[in-house]
Amino acid sequence: MPDQNQNRRRSHGWMGIHRGHQARPLEWLAEKFIFLVSLSAILMVLLIFLFVAREALPVFLGQTNTALVQKPIPPDDLDKHSPAELQAYLELSPAQFAKMEKSTLRTLLEVKVEAQDEIPENFRKDPDAQANTTEWKYLLHPHQWSGYDHPESIWQPVGQIKKFNIVPLLVGTLKVTLIGLLFAVPLAVGAAIYVSQLARPRVREIAKPTIELLSGIPSVVVGVFALLVMASVLQGIFHYQTRLNAFVAGIALGFAVIPVIFSIAEDALTSVPRAYTQGALALGASRWQTAWQIVLPAALPGVFAATVLGFGRAIGETMIVLMVCSASVMSWSVFDSARSITTTIAAEMAEAVNGGPHYRILFMLGALLFAATFISNMIGDFVIHRFKNKLEGKR
Amino acid sequence: MKTLATILAAATVAANAYAGNITVKGSDTLVILAQKWAEVYMGQHPDVKIQVSGGGSGIGFAALQAQQTDLCDASRKIKSAELQKCIAVFGGARPTEYKVALDGLSVYVNPENPLKELTLDQVGDIFTGKIKNWKEVGGADAPITVYSRENSSGTYEFFKEHVLKGKDFAASAQTQQGTALIVQSVVKDKNAIGYGGAAYGGSSKLLLIKKDDASPAIAPTEENVMSGTYPIWRHLYVYVNPNLDKGEIAAYLNWIRGDEGQKYVKDIGYYPLPKNLRSN
Repeated sequence: MPDQNQNRRRSHGWMGIHRGHQARPLEWLAEKFIFLVSLSAILMVLLIFLFVAREALPVFLGQTNTALVQKPIPPDDLDKHSPAELQAYLELSPAQFAKMEKSTLRTLLEVKVEAQDEIPENFRKDPDAQANTTEWKYLLHPHQWSGYDHPESIWQPVGQIKKFNIVPLLVGTLKVTLIGLLFAVPLAVGAAIYVSQLARPRVREIAKPTIELLSGIPSVVVGVFALLVMASVLQGIFHYQTRLNAFVAGIALGFAVIPVIFSIAEDALTSVPRAYTQGALALGASRWQTAWQIVLPAALPGVFAATVLGFGRAIGETMIVLMVCSASVMSWSVFDSARSITTTIAAEMAEAVNGGPHYRILFMLGALLFAATFISNMIGDFVIHRFKNKLEGKR
Repeated sequence: MKTLATILAAATVAANAYAGNITVKGSDTLVILAQKWAEVYMGQHPDVKIQVSGGGSGIGFAALQAQQTDLCDASRKIKSAELQKCIAVFGGARPTEYKVALDGLSVYVNPENPLKELTLDQVGDIFTGKIKNWKEVGGADAPITVYSRENSSGTYEFFKEHVLKGKDFAASAQTQQGTALIVQSVVKDKNAIGYGGAAYGGSSKLLLIKKDDASPAIAPTEENVMSGTYPIWRHLYVYVNPNLDKGEIAAYLNWIRGDEGQKYVKDIGYYPLPKNLRSN
């Protein structure tokens, strides 16, 4: 009865318990444990994203309000307002509100009135003091703030009137990341071609681990080096005015990205079948021609993936940019300062009032960043898989 | 059974030993001073354990309202939103505010800069970007590079409120992570200007400050800050939940604010409270 036989071979029981439990219980246990660990990693990523999204949600729903001048409810009018009104006004959760005593509510109302009284006179008449600066138009479009002579995109989240325009941060992030990539990609890919195709085995054995060692340097150390040494040296060469600018940060960032791009690109170049190289050499191509015209084009998707993953690393890098430059200037010029999203979150989260508008907007920036790195890593991974399958002829 | 009882007894003893446990959290400006105080106080009172950590005033207030810390160090006054959260949690009581030290803020320039003094308004205009060249304030013909702190710093906020009169810092102001880094940059950059605690000045040059055109130029020295003649100074604070402000904690706060605790303030680079603000 061949059918039954086949069935028995296929049936592994619940989670393999039938098969493995009898044969090698320890292996089975280890296997399941590893499975659980990897499952928890996925779960963790999901939880982190949910947490970030939850904290950022009020910004997306328009529930935050930063208007400086608001009409306070006088403490004596405590009984004239419905509980729902008071709860919303005092920004309390229903559970908190339910167990709150009347005297506490009164004190809270008094504090609100005091806060209004403390506003300096010159801000009271300011038209911006009535604006809720967390609305999308203030977050994305330049606005003519009082005291400025033309509309500007300004990130100044601390002060009487809080300005949360995120465009300078987006520009700063892109500026620094792109400079980093422009610096790192040619160097890293060049090094990868040399090490995988042209170098003698002895040179390769030294060069490869050395370049990969670069990723072992903590980014704080790179940051300090850039801040104290590179900034002065580069200023001496290029004679720009701002000593700490996006250019210095980008170059320093390049050092962090080079090992990432190098090791993936090198893998991709090495995994091009030897038959390609041998064929080209047999036809009379030089080693350089082979590397440049045969191997590199074959490995191009892998090199592209390396670049995309390098982009993900660069855009998420914090310390280097934080140390080297962090003025939120709205400018595309390379020699102006820049402030990246990661820098902003790292530098400002500590002092943002928990649950306040600034805190929410920082989380929104975090969510944006998460999405950006997630997508770029996905693209990178996807391309690498396609590339592997193609080289193995699995398509 | 007997062993269990012993373990329980040991646990109770351990818990009692931690009865004199005080946690302090908050401002990075105050953290070194707070550690110094804790060290000396623990040396004098071996039964009290004090744990000090920094993170920033905002972190300190968040911990205070989550009741994860007994004392909150702050380099700025509590904000309305934070005050409300504390009141909601403390059952209607406001957190008690204690002034624990004075801090004078100086304006640093490069040692090669010939300039000696500025008025308060000129300092404000330089940091908002209205004055862009040193020659406008009587210096050499060179563009001014402005160095500022991160906006999470209490020093930044104080400077913005009191020197810039609430106006924004120039967008081109380079933000640095700490006062020491500002001094580093100012020393390296000929056209630089920065601000921070007087004690951090290092090899930079401290400018004399005039309150207005008519007043004399004042140096940020101890006596000038303590007497209030130097115009840029602030209080440093400790906040506490009033329900906890008794016993060991009250004794500690009293010691900090007394002559004994104030002795150590100058070692860290801040200035002691004037006599009338002290606890004894």
